[in-house]
Amino acid sequence: MEVPILKQGAVLIATFQAALSDADLNQLRMGLVQQVVKFRSRAVIVDVTAMDVMDSFASRTLREIAHMIRLRGAETVIVGIQPEVAFAMVQLGLTLEGVATALDLEEGLAYLNEKFKSTN
Amino acid sequence: MAKRNETSRETMTLNDQNVELARSEAPSELLRELVAHLRQNRTQLREEWVVRITETRLLTAMTKEEIFAEATSIYDSYVAALETEAFEALQAYARNLSERIIPRGVETHEVVGIVLLLRDVLARSLFAKYQTDFNKLNRILDAYEPAANRIANTVAVGFVQERERVIRQQQEAIRELSTPVLQVRERLLILPIIGVIDPQRARQLTEQLLRGIRTNRAKVVVIDITGVAAMDLTVANNLVQTVEASRLLGATVIVTGLSPEIAQTLVTIGVDLGKMNTVGDLQGGIEQAERLLGYKVEKLAEPR
Repeated sequence: MEVPILKQGAVLIATFQAALSDADLNQLRMGLVQQVVKFRSRAVIVDVTAMDVMDSFASRTLREIAHMIRLRGAETVIVGIQPEVAFAMVQLGLTLEGVATALDLEEGLAYLNEKFKSTN
Repeated sequence: MAKRNETSRETMTLNDQNVELARSEAPSELLRELVAHLRQNRTQLREEWVVRITETRLLTAMTKEEIFAEATSIYDSYVAALETEAFEALQAYARNLSERIIPRGVETHEVVGIVLLLRDVLARSLFAKYQTDFNKLNRILDAYEPAANRIANTVAVGFVQERERVIRQQQEAIRELSTPVLQVRERLLILPIIGVIDPQRARQLTEQLLRGIRTNRAKVVVIDITGVAAMDLTVANNLVQTVEASRLLGATVIVTGLSPEIAQTLVTIGVDLGKMNTVGDLQGGIEQAERLLGYKVEKLAEPR
């Protein structure tokens, strides 16, 4: 399944659909980093609003994506984690430590704006 | 009479022949006959039943008219269940009935009592009708008893299930009332917790808070536990999880009002306090929250 990646200035926005397979996640990991390189993006927002379940593989992949993207000097923000999903995740010990999170796309963009302002 | 030299099936005695006859008179035949009898004598049997209900002093919470009305519909449902053996319909009816009478204060033993009384009244009328034919009476009872017992069972279970549902609903309502999530500023929520937290309440608290964060788009949450006397390992872990889950929704949590006992518990348990943002009291917590949100509170004049 293709994950749509949109460009909004210096930010890339990847919108997860529900039920991504492990193969999809692996593909996305490589694909996103390539896009960051290609467009010299400063940040990536991964929107997981449509995900109604987050397992340990998906969680680990998101952290790896954030790490790889940071190595390219860019920031990652995960947005749209649903309350039920968040609850299930922390019970499994999947806390996405070290990765920025925000309520939704709007908040994610606001967070990045603040960050870019202070570092400019 | 059978001939001796024939096959086993034909060397039957007279008794066996009777049994064969009984089995060929299918239960459904007997049920139909019995249902017809119950329908024919509906008025009289129902009246008898209501008298017995009053004698046994059941359904005292209801008026005579109400008892009569309910008795009519129960009688008809009872006979219909005997006829169709459709117990799901009866179960639905029982739950419906329970929904009506539970708020009137009717108890389980009363519901079971009246159904058993009806069973007895109907059985007696069968005894009276078939008293001259003992074999037929036995066969009719063979058809009646299992069905009647199943009905009593179904109604009782339906009633109890409805009671349990009401109790659960009330418990849920009480729990929600006791853990309000309050917005005190834009993007700032306060969750004052008072009383005993058991694992179930802790879980419900977390769910309510997370929903509140999403609905109010909160960026900071102050959880005040001044009113909580003690906390065990499970609940302490739940608190940490609540903080972590809130972060996944983009909100920062400040915990305030930890009593010395709870502080001791958390340290002893080894809860990673680095993950928790704590401030002494609620006032301090709100002030820090406001700072995080970029507010500055200035006093402009003395109170009047």
